[in-house]
Amino acid sequence: MTETLPSTADARGTRVVNHGVKRQDSLEKLLGKTRYAGDFDVAGQLHARLVRSPVPSARIVSRDATAAMDVPGVVAVLFGEDVPNNDIPTNTAGIKGRPLPPSWVLAVDRVRYHGEPVALVVAENTRALAAAEALVDVEYDVLPVVSDPEAALEHDSSEVHEGGNLLSQWRIDRGDVDGAFADAPIIVEGRYEAQVVDHAYLEPETGIGWLDDEGVINIRVSTQEIEHYRRIARVVGLPDAKVRVQAPYLGGGFGGKEDMTVEPYIALAVLRTGRPVKMVWSRQESLTARAKRHPVRMHYRTAAAADGTLLAHDIQIVSDAGAYPLLSGFVLLYITLNAAGPYRCDNVRVHSRAAYTNNTPGSAFRGFGGMQPVLAYEAQIDKVADAAGLDRVEVRKANAFEAGDRIPAGQRIDTAVWLPQCIDAVLDAIGPRPVPSSPEHRVGLGLACNVQPYGRVAWMNDSASAWVGCERDGGVVVRCGVPDVGGGQVSSLAQIAAEVLHVPLEKVTVHFGDSARTPLAGRTTATRQLYMSGNAVLSAAEELRAQLVQGVVKGTGHGAADLTLAEGGVLTPDGVVPLAEVVAMCMANGVAINAMKTYFAPTGEPVRELVDSERIVPDFTFGAHAAYVEVDTRTGEVRPLRYVAAHDVGRAINPLSVRGQIEGAVVQGLGYALSERIVYDEGVNLTGAFYQYAIPTAADCPEIEVKILESGEGVGPFHARGIGEPPIGPCAATIASAVEDAVGARPTTLPMLAETVLACVDEGAAR
Amino acid sequence: MTETRYDVRLHVNGTVHDVQVPARRLLSDALRHDVGLTGTHVGCEHGVCGACTVLMDGRPVRSCLVLAVSAVDAEITTVEGLADADGSLGPVQQAFKECHGLQCGFCTPGFLTTITAGLEENPSPTPEEAREMVAGNLCRCTGYQNIVASVLRAAELRGGDA
Repeated sequence: MTETLPSTADARGTRVVNHGVKRQDSLEKLLGKTRYAGDFDVAGQLHARLVRSPVPSARIVSRDATAAMDVPGVVAVLFGEDVPNNDIPTNTAGIKGRPLPPSWVLAVDRVRYHGEPVALVVAENTRALAAAEALVDVEYDVLPVVSDPEAALEHDSSEVHEGGNLLSQWRIDRGDVDGAFADAPIIVEGRYEAQVVDHAYLEPETGIGWLDDEGVINIRVSTQEIEHYRRIARVVGLPDAKVRVQAPYLGGGFGGKEDMTVEPYIALAVLRTGRPVKMVWSRQESLTARAKRHPVRMHYRTAAAADGTLLAHDIQIVSDAGAYPLLSGFVLLYITLNAAGPYRCDNVRVHSRAAYTNNTPGSAFRGFGGMQPVLAYEAQIDKVADAAGLDRVEVRKANAFEAGDRIPAGQRIDTAVWLPQCIDAVLDAIGPRPVPSSPEHRVGLGLACNVQPYGRVAWMNDSASAWVGCERDGGVVVRCGVPDVGGGQVSSLAQIAAEVLHVPLEKVTVHFGDSARTPLAGRTTATRQLYMSGNAVLSAAEELRAQLVQGVVKGTGHGAADLTLAEGGVLTPDGVVPLAEVVAMCMANGVAINAMKTYFAPTGEPVRELVDSERIVPDFTFGAHAAYVEVDTRTGEVRPLRYVAAHDVGRAINPLSVRGQIEGAVVQGLGYALSERIVYDEGVNLTGAFYQYAIPTAADCPEIEVKILESGEGVGPFHARGIGEPPIGPCAATIASAVEDAVGARPTTLPMLAETVLACVDEGAAR
Repeated sequence: MTETRYDVRLHVNGTVHDVQVPARRLLSDALRHDVGLTGTHVGCEHGVCGACTVLMDGRPVRSCLVLAVSAVDAEITTVEGLADADGSLGPVQQAFKECHGLQCGFCTPGFLTTITAGLEENPSPTPEEAREMVAGNLCRCTGYQNIVASVLRAAELRGGDA
């Protein structure tokens, strides 16, 4: 029944996979024909908008919609009492034995962050909507604001939620840390701090919903997770199957569309009015109130032997989770899990805590907690090398994990670790040191490495399903419920099906992103989609391939051993039977022309607070980045001059997409390193427009060279590893390292604004 | 809450569209909702991101900063108007396809229009000029590398057409 896959070595001989094919979605996108969620309209649609809290912390004294309802064109104003199930339960981990507070669809008696939704206005047009929004009368009794995560954890802090401000904590306690420090010849210490940043995808949160003839609420929405239909159904009090979510091509996600955004509000408004409802968040809403990347403060002490061997880490991390839990417990787990980086260390103590504050909630963002610690662990290993008087590159290579090593949290690394190869690749490619553009400028070379898991946490029991079938005309159809956030998720599935079934890529059609009509494949997050849904499509296509052969056996009488799939059909001793005829033979002989498979990720037992487990994540992706920067010693301005990024992706399903993911991640990482930050004043988010939020432009970006390494070892299809998140990790540390090389002192706070860098210039000059 | 509406004749991609819009109607909204051309995307509403860039008489403008009533006398070109007469990709679009100059594609229409105008002004840009040409538009997916490459490739393709 099953045929064996081409082996790792044979993957070089693939026809479609591992080739930089043009993505199937690009043509329609270039013609302006792709319809994103906001591009759909339904006749008779209403518009909906949220009334949001203008203050970060307050008791709600009263709410009155009378004046708003008087606005002509206003159809409904909803408050929390109008929501069948107003609480959105939080499923998280790393807690100290008390249930986490839910977040609220619409706040009823208390607001905890600036921009928290309080009322939902529904109107015939956006003008009435705007007028009514201003007339919803909410009286607030302002309460103390908790704005600093460390102060939040003090005993005398005001409480954001009853029971204290500790949301989650994790510990790793491996080996004898105190003993190792007691005897260590080298001990280095550092404090590092990273800021709040926004995903800033170009497509704001948007969607449209309507009731269909079967009484199902349909929501077409820009989301990374169509399986929120269950949560939406709970909010509105309907059976799960009465909510359908479709995700057309997204205009970016990066984790910001992993939690629900517009969905529950659209569903509520549709049910209340019985009419189609559209909701589009403004950029201001998105920047002000949608969940962000967690800012962290990290304190590292690292012990090493005289030869640079890492002996111990003692790490304390505080993360600002903002006002509601969302995914903070899991992000903190990833921070903890990755705190010691891609280096072997037998004695590791990590204590990480996430605190509630009245800042915007933190949640998923590309890198998901694997990112923040890179700034710290890469600085620490440089300090170790310097203290030992050794080369920073050699110290990294000497300490790098190898396959078979255990990470501090216990899990064994089962696949190749090509960290030294990645380092060599970037250093080979970075080229000669550029000449500074003036005597006041200094050029520096930076290097940083990282590790990032891919796939979801093991006790999530992750799975993905896919259906693959043949049409009578010889076409191939894949049905798979993946949302395509822009990374080419859909196109990669087409490649895999085309490869296994030996058809040209253009013969494959993929139906995707529909919770009612495509087999559920899980969210496009956690660098899991190609790994999970790719494996599902692979096994479904393999099963179908065997069925096609079986159909030809029955149709021709040839033995299965004499049959192979060839371009356009099945090759028999009598020649090729075209796929359309193969399909006919299958149907005439009772052989199915489609197959559905579910891929299950490896599972593991949940851990609680103490991270110690044989299985926490499916696998890891490793990488190294190098960059030249130029620092203007008069202004503190940092200009990246040249950038090289290398990651072992196991096997690139589409090298063009891999390259694109890495280049895009580097630029997003450069924004994190140098310019992006959300600014708060006592919980009030002051960053409400793109002109206040400095996303890198083409003029800010260096030439980027990507080195795709292929160890042939990964747990995805064709031994691919995930690559969506990993390449954003090393950027900030790479730039910090380059600045240090240029001016003699290292920035430890992000973003590395001019004043931070100028302080480094002064500090370096004083040495 | 009735609002005076104005008869506005828009010339978009060579076609006349008569629409009735209030004076405050943005060109971006008129194109998307009144004319039905949703290829023009709105990313920030403040003229920063450039996703909504269209051409007015060949010059790139942020359609979220232009009132529809002020566009009456202009020939407007949107992404839907960049394809060749036979429906095949225009040179800038073709270059983006060849160079993988897009990922999610949401910002792409604004880049395509910006570059179309940019290459009119400077048909053979250097790599630095190509980078400068697109520096007013935001992309969050690609890292710009392939967009800059697309500008240079589009210049070649246009040259080949001449």
